[in-house]
Amino acid sequence: MKPILEIRGVSKQYKLGIRRGPKMDNLRELLGRSLASVIGRRPNQEDDQPVPTGSFWALEDVTFNVAPGEVIGIIGRNGAGKSTLLKILSRITSPTRGEVKVMGRMASLLEVGTGFHPELTGRENIFLNGAILGMRRAEIARRFEEIVVFAEIQEFLDTPVKHYSSGMYVRLAFAVAAHLDPEILIVDEVLAVGDMAFQKKCLGKMGEVSRSGRTVLFVSHNMPAVENLCSRAVVLHQGRLEFDGTPKEAIQHYLHTLSSQAGRGNVIDLDKVGSRRVLVAPLLKRMEFLTEGDQPLLEGIPIGGRLKIRVHFELPNPTDTFNVGLGFDNIYGQRIFTAHSLFEPEQVLTPHVGPQVYTCEIPSFTLMPGEYSVKVWLDLKRDQADAIEDAAKITVLESDFYGTGRVPWNGTFVLGHRWYLQQAADARQ
Amino acid sequence: MSGTFELTIRPRKGWQAVDLKEAYLYSELLLFLIWRDIKIRYRQTLLGGLWAVLQPFMAMVIFAFVFNRLAHVQSDGPPYNLFAFAGLAPWTFFSTAVTQSSNSLLANTQLVSKIYFPRIFIPLGAIFALVVDLVLSLGMLAALMIYYRWALTSAVVWLPLFLVSAVLAAAGSGLVLSALNVRFRDVKYAVPFMIQMGLFVTPVIYPVHYVPARWQLLMGLNPMTGVVIGFRHALLGTPISWDVVGVSLATCVLLFVVGLFIFRRLETEFADIL
Repeated sequence: MKPILEIRGVSKQYKLGIRRGPKMDNLRELLGRSLASVIGRRPNQEDDQPVPTGSFWALEDVTFNVAPGEVIGIIGRNGAGKSTLLKILSRITSPTRGEVKVMGRMASLLEVGTGFHPELTGRENIFLNGAILGMRRAEIARRFEEIVVFAEIQEFLDTPVKHYSSGMYVRLAFAVAAHLDPEILIVDEVLAVGDMAFQKKCLGKMGEVSRSGRTVLFVSHNMPAVENLCSRAVVLHQGRLEFDGTPKEAIQHYLHTLSSQAGRGNVIDLDKVGSRRVLVAPLLKRMEFLTEGDQPLLEGIPIGGRLKIRVHFELPNPTDTFNVGLGFDNIYGQRIFTAHSLFEPEQVLTPHVGPQVYTCEIPSFTLMPGEYSVKVWLDLKRDQADAIEDAAKITVLESDFYGTGRVPWNGTFVLGHRWYLQQAADARQ
Repeated sequence: MSGTFELTIRPRKGWQAVDLKEAYLYSELLLFLIWRDIKIRYRQTLLGGLWAVLQPFMAMVIFAFVFNRLAHVQSDGPPYNLFAFAGLAPWTFFSTAVTQSSNSLLANTQLVSKIYFPRIFIPLGAIFALVVDLVLSLGMLAALMIYYRWALTSAVVWLPLFLVSAVLAAAGSGLVLSALNVRFRDVKYAVPFMIQMGLFVTPVIYPVHYVPARWQLLMGLNPMTGVVIGFRHALLGTPISWDVVGVSLATCVLLFVVGLFIFRRLETEFADIL
């Protein structure tokens, strides 16, 4: 069958100078620079501070076809290029190279509810949002009842959406988009929002859409959902298409790439591990993992154990606006926890330069037993300067967290909690 | 509708004009955006649509006092109040339209970075929504004309021409400024200043014959010069110099065309910068 979507050699390059680099944020600097180059004088040294290395490829030469009726999963870790691909497909940004042929009406749920205006009522927003998503007025009117019923907002139709609960808001937004009847539907993680019942409903709707012979592109970290819903999946890794096949194989491939590159041991040389995105210079050097009594963390950390991570890095110029972040992802690539020096109340206020060690101390690391991948990054002046995904793996070991001899099970993290039992006086009434 | 829709997405380079076919496909959206802007503009205000009339009216009262009473500026025929209001109506439209449209893309960052549709509709929607205000203030002018017993002349047939020119002037400036504003936030500071100065280089509060004849054509390069003179001619029957107005109207058209091209050129990077 003729493909409904042909993606041929698509690449996207982001120029860092434009994307809020220090270069051209305002006209004065731009004029100043051109003037300086005309009169042959170098601009101030401090202007040049973190000179971005120019550009990076968010997508490189991605090629694949999608046949009508296919439900295709797109998986990959954060920063692998999934969102960029979707943005190109939905024409929000244009590719640097390559082309895409689309043979049908396409709708994307990149972020549900965009285009909703808080001051307008539910009814008004349905029409406005429908139009933004490319529906004709008559079409919206025809589907209106269905949308309202699906969103379960009948009583609030004429209330401005600013008074809606976030659940109602999301339901309405999804309802409009789901009734768009596109031939190709692009779904990006919308299912991460809303309550369980509604998530189920959305998955059901997606299944229905795909059974009705429409094509769905589904981007998600929810591996069970990908496996259940998709007939095929592709894995993106550092902007390249790495795998294309059945969802099962794709997920295996993905989990494998997640675990293969991370460093092991207590001291990690950041030049040798993970996938790095250097925006200014490779400034991050080493990472050390310590536990109770500053002992090196070798085996793994028991639930609730003390964790200290020392990040060694270089500051090229004196600055007081630098921050280090640590992200902990589970084996599916979902972010479980982010530690960031911005959250430190006693922040650094004096300029620093040269080699530094920033230590993050987590008194009680209460994630559930399992493997977590650690991302580390350095921000200069609020912009990311150097970042390494999968820099290290950290293993949380089963332990007697509650002091009862029972190992916690189920869930993502543990919280200390107590139970109190009282004889209910009027229990027999 | 299935099978009829085909599209190729490829890199876009160089200068291109507006994609009219696409604009037509999405034309209902433009109407919705205009409707949204009108609907929201005066929500949670006490006076509502009255603001549309109040702004030029208050300006008229103050200008009449300062320029007519204190500085003895005379109109070229009608009572000064009428003269001032007929100029202030299009000027208020222009200044509000330029201010709002130049900020429109930033105000709709969410939309621009998440959903595709012709971006040009955002600044244009903001401008078209203000045409309603302009029409309201023309109603106010009608009331003033009745009060001053000043009759319409046959020149009123020219009104549509000048209305369109006013929209073209506002749209041209709005397109250029909104697109530049995405990258250079300087626009935000420059616009109020330019508008303020613009009032003085446009014959809003003084008749154009106050300006030496050899400077008048130069003033025609200001697109609003022709619009203001034209509005007054069409509504109050004041004298008109077609060479100055002609130059000015040509500038309006040129500005609009240039605006379309510049917007189209810069449009590709909006989502990457915002």
